[in-house]
Amino acid sequence: MMSKKYLALLALVMLAAVALVGCGGGEEQASGDAAQESDVIKIGVFEPLTGINAAGGEMSLEGIELANKLYPEVLGKKVELVTADNKSEKQEAANAVERLVNENVDVILGSYGSSLSMAGGPIAADAGVPVIGDSPTNPLVTKGNDYYYRVCFIDPFQGNVMAKYAVETLGAKTAAIVQDVQQDYSVGLSKYFEDSFKELTGDENAIIAKVNYNTGDKDFSAQLTEVKSKQPDVIFAPGNFTECGILVEKARELGIEAPILGGDTWEAEEFLNRVGDLNDIYFSTHFTAEEPVTEVSNTFLNKFKEEYPDRQVNAFAALGFDAYMLALDAINRAGTTDHEAIKEAIAETADFQGATGFITLDENGDATKTAIIKKVEDGKFVYESKVDPK
Amino acid sequence: MTLEIFLQNVANAISLGSLYALIAIGYTMVYGIIRLINFAHADLLMVAGYISFYGILIFAMPWWLAFLIAIALTTILGMAMEKLAYRPLRNAPRISALISAIGMSFLLQNLGIVLVGASPKPFPRPEGLVWNIHLGSVSFLSLTVIIPVITLLLLAAVYLVVNKTNTGIAMRAVSRDFETASLMAVDVNKVVVTTFAVGSGLAAVGGIMWSLQYPQIDPLMGVFPGLKCFIAAVMGGIGSVPGAMIGGFILGIGEIMLVAFMPELSGYRDAFAFVVLILILLFKPGGILGDHVVEKV
Repeated sequence: MMSKKYLALLALVMLAAVALVGCGGGEEQASGDAAQESDVIKIGVFEPLTGINAAGGEMSLEGIELANKLYPEVLGKKVELVTADNKSEKQEAANAVERLVNENVDVILGSYGSSLSMAGGPIAADAGVPVIGDSPTNPLVTKGNDYYYRVCFIDPFQGNVMAKYAVETLGAKTAAIVQDVQQDYSVGLSKYFEDSFKELTGDENAIIAKVNYNTGDKDFSAQLTEVKSKQPDVIFAPGNFTECGILVEKARELGIEAPILGGDTWEAEEFLNRVGDLNDIYFSTHFTAEEPVTEVSNTFLNKFKEEYPDRQVNAFAALGFDAYMLALDAINRAGTTDHEAIKEAIAETADFQGATGFITLDENGDATKTAIIKKVEDGKFVYESKVDPK
Repeated sequence: MTLEIFLQNVANAISLGSLYALIAIGYTMVYGIIRLINFAHADLLMVAGYISFYGILIFAMPWWLAFLIAIALTTILGMAMEKLAYRPLRNAPRISALISAIGMSFLLQNLGIVLVGASPKPFPRPEGLVWNIHLGSVSFLSLTVIIPVITLLLLAAVYLVVNKTNTGIAMRAVSRDFETASLMAVDVNKVVVTTFAVGSGLAAVGGIMWSLQYPQIDPLMGVFPGLKCFIAAVMGGIGSVPGAMIGGFILGIGEIMLVAFMPELSGYRDAFAFVVLILILLFKPGGILGDHVVEKV
């Protein structure tokens, strides 16, 4: 009788222990004991895995994990990814980087979303941990931050590409801008588009309407009615795919027929689900499966199709892949996990072969690369053309 | 501004305002009876949205059936919530119940994230219910007409229930004084549960209409309308059902017209809502149709 009770108690204790270990597993790994630390190299990842940009963060993380599966070791040590969710919020982005720093990562990758990257950047710089941005395109992410680098092109180029496309291919003479005033990405890109558009049309008043909204808004009827009343030739509306999906759909509902242009964030299935059957929607991006540019592109494409057979290949996974690859390459070249040495190695990157093209970092730590223009057609993103940097 | 553009703005304003009004009615009703600001009200919108979503897409139900089931299940959830989170705190200080409501709200949001994932999903728009209407160059969705009608019907229904039925009399008695009402043989528990059932049903209708109007649902979708409609309810005088409707319309029309007449201020729409709230409360602390705030000595 007694022994039975003890057995039951023991079973309970064990169950509880299993449950506790199950919950605490991540943290245990993160804190790590001294013996383990020497044979593991930690790479931190901060991406929006929940919140409004969750899909973007997920795509990026998939690419990073893909690369990690293909190349799990560097300097003879195992690479361990430490992921921190920045919840699509600026404050949380700073916290996420803080957490990664506390967990002694050697290099940080991320983040989807320029505002998030800009919020996290200074914290990494203060701690002296180098960061490789996968897809933040706002110039201010790396400007004035010696520890931030990136594998993607930046918005002055992207804005110019879209303005050129609007003027030269679509024949636009006037444009309207709809921007998200809370996103540095959206405001920045709009500004560069505006400058280029005015220059290309030679008309100081070529932007005939400029309206704002806030992240998380769902009602765009008033803003779009204002745009409709001005009858622009094209509309430029860079921003989060969530808001823009609703915005573009609403624009067509209101009977606005002008082509609508956006930036690289639009390449998300969530966006496509909304606007798949609409016409004249164009955006710029970093990568396309139709035109693999390097041998690494093929490696990436094959691995992606193997791991996610029912998903569309996307630029964010490719950029995540490249950020990880560059981190590994830099650690290799540095030959040590000393953060300063890794930082120097990243800064010296030249003609690095990535999935999205050859990467050479300039003095700001930005990459100069080809932009791809895609459009929405019959429920798919279709390759339209590419624009090489000057 | 041409006449057509102005009319387009009017259509936009009615569509937004009536949606705010619809959700605000639920908020204000629950507050009016049990003096609790049910923060989880906003998350019931989300629950109703998701139940309809899965009903239509996974179980392939006709939309009206999915909506009815969503309303029924959300109502049951609201009643369960009252029993689990609010009833044990009924005699506790009011602030405790308020905190419990905030906790409930976070619980629902995070449960949503765990169960259905954080990424937004496109809400289906049934063709029999939502279509585009073009009058000249003014275009709007059928919802712009449907939502105000539903709002008015529900407003009338709530008004009749509260003022003309026995349950309604009991509700008003309870809202005055719990203890005295229970001494008068009013079953307080039953009345409070009924209040929550009606409130949650209203939230469900609001959630479905919101999802149809802005067809993108995610576990945090309730936060934004929750905040705006709470403001609308306070503006109209929290506790007053017609007040909530007036508040909702003022807010919706104000937001649209602000952008229409001052497009350069379009980024300040949310700030506008708060400025109007502050102005109204400065001059009428109880809200537009609110009771005079008299402290009992």
